[in-house]
Amino acid sequence: MRMNITKVNFYYGSKQTLFDITLGIAVNKVTALIGPSGCGKSTLLRTLNRMHETVRNARLEGEILLDGQNILAQDVTLLRRRVGMVFQRPNPFPKSIFDNVAYGLRINGSKLPLAEAVEKSLRHAALWDEVKDHLHKSAYELSGGQQQRLCIARALAVEPEVLLLDEPCSALDPISTAKIEELLVQLKDLCTITIVTHNMQQAARVSDFTAFLLTGQLIEFSPTPQLFTTPGDPRTEAYITGRFG
Amino acid sequence: MNSSLRWRKFVSGFMLTMTGVCAFIAVSVLFLILGYLVYHGGTSVNWNFFTKLPTPVGETGGGMANAIVGSAKLLFLATLMGVPIGFLGAVYLAEFSGSTAAFVVRYAADLLNGVPSIVIGIFAYSLVVLPVKHFSALAGGFALGLMMIPITLLSTEEFLRAVPRALREGAMALGASKWRTIATVIVPAAYRGILTAILLAFARVAGETAPLLFTAFGNRFWSPGFNQPIDSLPHMIFTYAVAPYEDWHRQAWAAGLVLLGLILVINILARAILARGIAVPRS
Repeated sequence: MRMNITKVNFYYGSKQTLFDITLGIAVNKVTALIGPSGCGKSTLLRTLNRMHETVRNARLEGEILLDGQNILAQDVTLLRRRVGMVFQRPNPFPKSIFDNVAYGLRINGSKLPLAEAVEKSLRHAALWDEVKDHLHKSAYELSGGQQQRLCIARALAVEPEVLLLDEPCSALDPISTAKIEELLVQLKDLCTITIVTHNMQQAARVSDFTAFLLTGQLIEFSPTPQLFTTPGDPRTEAYITGRFG
Repeated sequence: MNSSLRWRKFVSGFMLTMTGVCAFIAVSVLFLILGYLVYHGGTSVNWNFFTKLPTPVGETGGGMANAIVGSAKLLFLATLMGVPIGFLGAVYLAEFSGSTAAFVVRYAADLLNGVPSIVIGIFAYSLVVLPVKHFSALAGGFALGLMMIPITLLSTEEFLRAVPRALREGAMALGASKWRTIATVIVPAAYRGILTAILLAFARVAGETAPLLFTAFGNRFWSPGFNQPIDSLPHMIFTYAVAPYEDWHRQAWAAGLVLLGLILVINILARAILARGIAVPRS
């Protein structure tokens, strides 16, 4: 296991949004978190690199381990270097394509030759061939799908052990979505991936394990083929057959 | 039925005309002032005006070189004081403070913005002029700087807040500390707006007279350094316009024209910077 989540409870002020979640994230696998809107899947994802701390009044109980070490006891900037994140909407910085990818390396004071590292990350994100001739153009000149792959390249540049993706395709068209899904399967060898999605087909296509959440509780967590073919809980079955959510 | 319809059409037409006329009046005031300034002062805006010192009373000719340089010095001091304080204060408000503190500071800045400039002048007088017992460029710059603080602060804060949350999160998710996020992502994303805010604050205080009356005081000669009384374009306009000499009146008009031209140019520049598009698409 790359990460172990044990008995996690989460509160926004006095409102509890996660109840007693226990879950393991397997090394070099894709783990998908699914569930209807508001079930807490994004919240759970954001606790894994402590992005929840950017919200006032958020409180986390329980234990989250990364390689056996408690993430809550670590320096948060170092943790986020090891656990990268890609967001729902592409959010490139108002800088050039090159500077976007180099950003994480620069702020972490990396000694690697920048140009090489940037090229490597862009290749990993399957974007290199499309942008290699205009690396110094603004990132905003790229299409939405390209911008999202740029954000993946930006996250990969600091060589994280875990990559978190929060509904990375929800703002993209089907072709861009297909490209990103293909990419995720390839990236498995590079790092451990956790993806939040409310597209069940997407979870079925890309993930090795799937966790189904409902109103802040973990209903079922199993290998993906099993969860989608022989769900163990009637609520999971109701959700994946489209009876609610 | 028919007569009520006619009445409604009449009211509609009447109100449309009225609003149009009022809009026209609002616009034409600027052009009337401009035209008036050009008519009265246009002929006196010449090389001498920019390069010569004022002549002694009774002699015609001369210029306002001292006041032009004086204005530049005063505005330089004001910017040096007002911009850093306003900018850093805005960063604190937008990025670090709780909502109560932000509310209090914003409210205070609003009030400071509304303090009559003559009161700012008295304040600067008692704080900077009285202890050293003489007027100075420093005192004038201090008064103008005070006025620049709230203008810079309020608009900079607004532009910083307009930077999408997604960009902050993107930087922080890469392991950037908060100050790093601000310095490398948020401020660069908002810099056009911030630059515009600073230019507008600059243009606003460039035309101020009241705070300079008993701080910079005025000086018909060159004022070396920053520690002596100094003249400025607005103050020069004031003294020349109330004087009984025909030639001085013409020069006052010319100074008004130069000052207004400067402010217009700054305004247009500010708009041009902003119109080049906001660097970050708003979502």
